[in-house]
Amino acid sequence: MIIARRKPLQEIKDSLEGFQRVLVVGCGTCVAVCLAGGEREVKLLVSQLEIASRLAGRPLTLGEATVERQCDREFLHELRHLVKDYDALVSLACGVGIQFLSDLYPDKVVLPGVDTTFIGANEEPGYWTERCRMCGSCYLALTGAVCPITMCPKSLLNGPCAGTREGRCEVNPDKPCAWTLIYDRLETSGRLDRIRDIVPPRDHRLAAHPATQTHQAYKRRFSAHE
Amino acid sequence: MNREPAVTTKDAWQPRIVALVCTYCTYTAADMAGSLRLQYPPEVRLVKLPCTGKVDTIHLLKTIQAGADAILVGGCEIGDCHFLEGNLRARERVEYAKVLLAEAGIDPARLEMYHIGASDAPLWVARVKEMVARVRELGPNPLRLAGKATKADKPKPAAP
Repeated sequence: MIIARRKPLQEIKDSLEGFQRVLVVGCGTCVAVCLAGGEREVKLLVSQLEIASRLAGRPLTLGEATVERQCDREFLHELRHLVKDYDALVSLACGVGIQFLSDLYPDKVVLPGVDTTFIGANEEPGYWTERCRMCGSCYLALTGAVCPITMCPKSLLNGPCAGTREGRCEVNPDKPCAWTLIYDRLETSGRLDRIRDIVPPRDHRLAAHPATQTHQAYKRRFSAHE
Repeated sequence: MNREPAVTTKDAWQPRIVALVCTYCTYTAADMAGSLRLQYPPEVRLVKLPCTGKVDTIHLLKTIQAGADAILVGGCEIGDCHFLEGNLRARERVEYAKVLLAEAGIDPARLEMYHIGASDAPLWVARVKEMVARVRELGPNPLRLAGKATKADKPKPAAP
């Protein structure tokens, strides 16, 4: 899922300078799980803004709403009767949701309340780790399901660099060397011979931005985009 | 929490401290303090909880937002939680709420968590006295003096 981090209050307050009526919009999917922008975090931010604005002598008029997903038009449409009462919207969704909210309500000022950080796994409540860089060509079949693009700071595809030391990474010795993890995983699963396979250079066209994708079954409908 | 009229002068001000206490430890200690006829300041209002694990960060922010001068969270001693780790979770949430309050401009010293065993009535009395002294030092919640009251501050209309 997508991991995000709540922006410091000061940054949000600065971006709201000059606005009086503010709606804080949460997203009930990824950012709710990573405790950055779900319904609960909306309430916390609204409470903080309420306290800070009253202390500053200029109380804001604050509203709160949380939709199932901000990256889906059908859920953002639910807000259409609400947004008209506000000057600015603070979105606590990932970068996708923030932009989509602005696409749908272009006459409103939409401001980010979080920094989107990475695609990660929920290791424990409150602790997430990056596992995928969305490179567009998955090598996990060759590497024992350990991603060298993500787990190796140099994204090396054919074995470790000379900086690997006793299984630790030279860039950050607190982290394991990705290629040691790959070696161990291949050995455990009895596929160590696969480590000799040479992976050709990456095709960076596959990670071109901004990316679009059409499902095979929808080619007729969206062929104009191809 | 009983609602009181808004206080406008510092002279007339009496601290209003909300104590969120666990029924298995701090509440029992407070009860025992009563049985033992131990005196402690009347500025503290107890809210009995099944466990401090019930305390959410938003409860802490909203309590300050509603005008409380301070919050005292009273949980079991470490390792003694009836639900194993409710007091540890409360400790994390209190620490987080302190960060959020500081960001919003409220002194985080207005919020504190103490671990008070069920048999430790004298410790409860000491902690309440400590908190009242701290709040008297800090003064009233600045929100009680600043700006207009919000809906959360206003007393509910009396039942017909």
